Amino acid sequence: MSLLAPLAALGRLVLGGLATLGRLALFGVEAVSHLFRPPFYPKEFLHALMQIGWFSLPVVGMTALFTGGALALQIYAGGARFSAESVVPSIVAIGMVRELGPVLGGLMVAARVASSIAAEIGTMKVTEQIDALVTLSTHPMKYLTVPRVLAATLAVPVLVAVGDSIGIFGGYLVGVNRLGFNPATYLKNTREFLEWSDIASGLWKGAAFGFIVALMGCFYGMHSGRGAQGVGRATKSAVVAASVLILATNYILTEVFFSA
Amino acid sequence: MITLTDVHKAFGSNRVLRGVNLTIPSGESMVIIGGSGTGKSVLLKCILGLVHPDSGTIALDGEDVETASRDAFLARFGMLFQGGALFDSLPVWQNVAFRLLRGSLKRPKADARAIAIEKLRRVGLKPETADLFPAELSGGMQKRVGLARAIAAEPEIIFFDEPTTGLDPIMAGVINQLIREIVTEMGATAMTITHDMSSVRAIADKVAMLHDGVIQWTGPVTEMDATADPYVQQFIHGRAEGPIEAVR
Repeated sequence: MSLLAPLAALGRLVLGGLATLGRLALFGVEAVSHLFRPPFYPKEFLHALMQIGWFSLPVVGMTALFTGGALALQIYAGGARFSAESVVPSIVAIGMVRELGPVLGGLMVAARVASSIAAEIGTMKVTEQIDALVTLSTHPMKYLTVPRVLAATLAVPVLVAVGDSIGIFGGYLVGVNRLGFNPATYLKNTREFLEWSDIASGLWKGAAFGFIVALMGCFYGMHSGRGAQGVGRATKSAVVAASVLILATNYILTEVFFSA
Repeated sequence: MITLTDVHKAFGSNRVLRGVNLTIPSGESMVIIGGSGTGKSVLLKCILGLVHPDSGTIALDGEDVETASRDAFLARFGMLFQGGALFDSLPVWQNVAFRLLRGSLKRPKADARAIAIEKLRRVGLKPETADLFPAELSGGMQKRVGLARAIAAEPEIIFFDEPTTGLDPIMAGVINQLIREIVTEMGATAMTITHDMSSVRAIADKVAMLHDGVIQWTGPVTEMDATADPYVQQFIHGRAEGPIEAVR
């Protein structure tokens, strides 16, 4: 009996994980299906757009600025080993728009937004506000999930674009003021080596990450347990799940965009 | 008329409802009493479709609620939740007029606000309350706002879930009186769940006692004190000894 106990525990863990995955998939499909069916709540959408997009700008901007600067220093130090210091502008630009901009932006938004959505919706659930929505003839999926998912899917690519620009600017500041690059040459190298496909891939990643962040926040909020502990657990799970899914999705999308 | 026939509901191995049979005639105020954890809220949520029963039927005016049009069905209901369940992000008047600002009952914002202020006045709140947020209100005021929201769309049927929980005796009395007045003047069918006997006596036309997942006793409130049913007698007198186990 005791020999089988670890196996039983493992089985329960796997089954529990699969059940959550199934619920998440159904939740995602339902959310997407409601995107195209009225009623729509434009006021809720605009509110979510402000909360997710506008108020995330400072944190995404600061992250990108310091990341761009650190990237320039790292590439300069690494490139110096091969006398390739001149690649700093192009690698900073490509690194930011392809990977670091979307991934770090996505992770920062996950930390800020997925937690906030899960806590808000979780609290609404435990205080019966979601039941109240239903009794007031309002579908919680349409009123709470759809505006947030749509807003995040549209806002995060814009945040990524802004973050990319700030990150490249961070690299420029370090390159010119700290590493002694000529400003005009730095900008010229940045422009010449950067392609539209690099930028587009980062923006698509941003849209995917935004979708993931809002979906995880809403899913774990809607499935929150009772009390403060339940809401706390839902918030934590939303951030962890969103972060892991962002990194996994990033790998998959990188394979799709650049494997050829 | 709401009719429940052999309604069962279990959560895992916990069989909460074990065959509930109950009829709530139109225009009557039915109060369901019973101890904590006996399934009163589950019963109410089953009727509203917030929880789906495992078996049995729930009919509204003879139509099965599972097959009825959901929007049309819900449009006939108003509900006061135990904790108020007011939306934190909306000012009081938008909470009250929530149904009037969207969906099939949507009307111009100015009209909806005017109705909300009128309903707030009806429950004894001043118009200045309209622009406050729920977090700025006391528990009693939140209950009143919840009550105003429940009656805003003039529903035919109103549910009250523990309307006096967490209130001092005076405020509880005020809420009980308001509920009785509003139900009478609207001619609405009311269903209240509570374990507060002062609410029962103030609100009820009829009383039903839920215990062990079934309705143990039902009858007019005027007969409640005289009934020989040992469950009802133990409950209304708050005795530790009797057929209801004091420790659950």
